Amino acid sequence: MAIKKLAFIVDKLPAKTESSRLALTHAIASQTVEIYLDDGDNVEPVLAFVGDGVLNCKKDQKALDIYGITSLEMHLKNALLLDLNVLVCKEDMDRLGLKEDDIVMDAEEIGGETEAKVLPFDEIWKEVESSDHILFF
Amino acid sequence: MAKLTIGVFSSLVGSMSLDFAIKLAEAAKNKGHDVDVWLSGNATMLSKKDQRKFRDYSYLEGTVKDLIGKGMQMTACEACAEARGYHKEDTLEGCKRHSMDWYLASCFSADRVLHIGGE
Repeated sequence: MAIKKLAFIVDKLPAKTESSRLALTHAIASQTVEIYLDDGDNVEPVLAFVGDGVLNCKKDQKALDIYGITSLEMHLKNALLLDLNVLVCKEDMDRLGLKEDDIVMDAEEIGGETEAKVLPFDEIWKEVESSDHILFF
Repeated sequence: MAKLTIGVFSSLVGSMSLDFAIKLAEAAKNKGHDVDVWLSGNATMLSKKDQRKFRDYSYLEGTVKDLIGKGMQMTACEACAEARGYHKEDTLEGCKRHSMDWYLASCFSADRVLHIGGE
């Protein structure tokens, strides 16, 4: 019986690249990984937004209206609904002029109970260092 | 003997990242290690069979077939492939198709994971 911690690090913009979307969908896939593992084994995902990646957390994204595809905001809310540990870098939010009110902090309207955490980079890095594997998207 | 999991997200043509990933997989396999390769996003292009060899473009089908024959596991993200019009019948022999949790399970049992993000 073992738990392996996987750090999903997102530093790319929500547009122009598929990376952020794939980071979120891979992190959410942790919820079904047990079908491949022995009883008691599992993975513990940590989803960290750093650098320009914090822009993926912006509220009121219109991807569904404009492009007809799911927004990163919708995926992020699903991640919070599934109780994933979501971390957002405070220094990068400050650099880009973002406040907590500007980003998705919870998924309360769809029944989520977990909140995203805005943390200094040092705190985020401690989480990354304690991970078994790092997946840098 | 260890297990290496390589996750690749870059396209076969237009990036050398897949070339690097497969060279690394080959080196690890030749040293006797177990190797899993996960193809996601644009990297699913590598799972497409009947690629034509040109001198101007990366061509990895031959190397990949050899490596699969030696026991390398290569799996493409099914949704990423389908979204690009690569269907089951288009898939290279020996290459599997699964959902993203397969990759995480491979990471679980890997000694080392090399994740090469997309462009």
